[in-house]
Amino acid sequence: MELYQLTIHELHDMLKKGETTSETITESVLSRIKAVDGKVKAYITVTEEVARAQAREADKRIKAGDTSSPLLGIPIAVKDNMCTDGIKTTCASKILGNFVPPYDATVVRNLKQAGYVLCGKPNMDEFAMGSSTENSGFFITKNPWDLERIPGGSSGGSAAAVAAGECIGALGSDTGGSIRQPASCCGVVGLKPTYGRVSRFGLVAFASSLDQIGPITKDVTDAALLMNIISGHDEKDSTSANIPSPDYTRALKKDVKGMKIGLPKEYFIEGMDPEVEKAVKDAVKMLEGLGAKVVQVSLPHTDYAVATYYILATSEASSNLARYDGVKYGYRTQSPKDLMDMYMKSRAEGFGPEVKRRIMLGTYALSAGYYDAYYKKGQQVRTLIKRDFDEAFKTVDVIATPTAPTAAFKIGEKSSDPLQMYLSDIFTISVNLAGIPGLSLPCGFTSGNLPIGLQLLGKHFDEESILHAAFAYEQATEWHRKRAKL
Amino acid sequence: MKITKQEVEHVAKLARLELSEQEKEKLTDQLSNILTYVEKMSELDTKGVEPTSHVMNINNVMRDDVPGESLSQDRALSNAPDKAAGHYKVPKIIE
Repeated sequence: MELYQLTIHELHDMLKKGETTSETITESVLSRIKAVDGKVKAYITVTEEVARAQAREADKRIKAGDTSSPLLGIPIAVKDNMCTDGIKTTCASKILGNFVPPYDATVVRNLKQAGYVLCGKPNMDEFAMGSSTENSGFFITKNPWDLERIPGGSSGGSAAAVAAGECIGALGSDTGGSIRQPASCCGVVGLKPTYGRVSRFGLVAFASSLDQIGPITKDVTDAALLMNIISGHDEKDSTSANIPSPDYTRALKKDVKGMKIGLPKEYFIEGMDPEVEKAVKDAVKMLEGLGAKVVQVSLPHTDYAVATYYILATSEASSNLARYDGVKYGYRTQSPKDLMDMYMKSRAEGFGPEVKRRIMLGTYALSAGYYDAYYKKGQQVRTLIKRDFDEAFKTVDVIATPTAPTAAFKIGEKSSDPLQMYLSDIFTISVNLAGIPGLSLPCGFTSGNLPIGLQLLGKHFDEESILHAAFAYEQATEWHRKRAKL
Repeated sequence: MKITKQEVEHVAKLARLELSEQEKEKLTDQLSNILTYVEKMSELDTKGVEPTSHVMNINNVMRDDVPGESLSQDRALSNAPDKAAGHYKVPKIIE
């Protein structure tokens, strides 16, 4: 095993025992990036110099006997929509192509305090709008398991980097599935925390009532370790919950006796790949074998989630993205006639087609005469979707579903039809609308050797139950030890 | 729900987006398709259902007004596409 193939906790153990150094680990990851990123194209920016300096700093701390932080000296990738002081943060958009934030996002500050090593800023769908990373304003990231396929999105670069060994762990963001779906496509673990669990300060806003930052890692233990570092109240984000965060590693228990797992009948639908269905059902059977009790539940408004999401998310986006006006930062068109012309052209030249489409849809939904029919209606249906989960969680601790209806699709397969692309998020979107936590972990492979994801959902602020179920399943299987061959 | 090219033009103006003819045609089609799909929501009776704008039950979060560190003028202007004398510079607004 090469160092870049290992997990955060394995490397931390080695660092503690003096078996390796952060510099050695960092060089292993950087040379892996050099070797394979030409194929995978996971990164917009590789922060070689920063990484080396942080690694040296970490080694000093370790030498001085400070090994308390499990992230000390570990190379982590931070999705390119989270602000990193002095390091380009582009959101994969031409409109932010040269943007260098003068401050750190709160999650980045937390990582710094934990002594992490930043190895780079991975690619994504522009402004996190997409499910394939094909909407990046710069280039398309490839799935490390099959370079002709998408890595999922929008955190496709983060998930591909983890799967390819181009970082040890990563942060992604999830508005409608953007952590879980790429994690599923790339055969890694992705956790979207409860809305409000992790500060959004310094995360470039897409849809503020849905966005949440979370870990993408090689196993469940690493997800818990990163959660310990990034979760908690932040006075700079008024929507971050002012409640204490637990030690998530305490939830990692192999015994699930008595745990009640719900299987929603609406998630096992026509059009789902039979291999995906089988893998997910087998996973649930395995959890049953480990002592969990499986019951049927119903989430009757599931079928309305995609429609609701594409009204609410685009409405919020059209408002959030109004700030890109070519005045304070970002791209400005050359020689505009007047101020209005500057706005119109800067935005036309700076945004890509999917972002424009969503701004248009959101602006339409919020415009005079349509507000009640679309935006208000969407908010009401959101209430119904949320109630479905409240009701289901009266009888179960965790809900198990597929993360996506199919494994990773081919590059170009859905890019001409926006609606088909939107429907690939059908199993992840309700979770953001309800604000609950969701985790995807590998539960098998298709006959074409593509990873399949199992999604576990929990009650508000109960990430522990899903980490618990995920850990028990993971420890009983070998999927998390598989690495993509490149 | 079909939308017209005129509506697309109107919305584009509201959104401050200059669109090419080709973009207008394409968006007229695509937005019509998406809106037709979204109409699914009208199958549901939502009379009397409270709208959810936000899943957390919080309002007007307050904190003490304590002076802290702020960005220097240089840092704050560091990403400006155009600036002069410590200000953002934009095309002439008043004729």
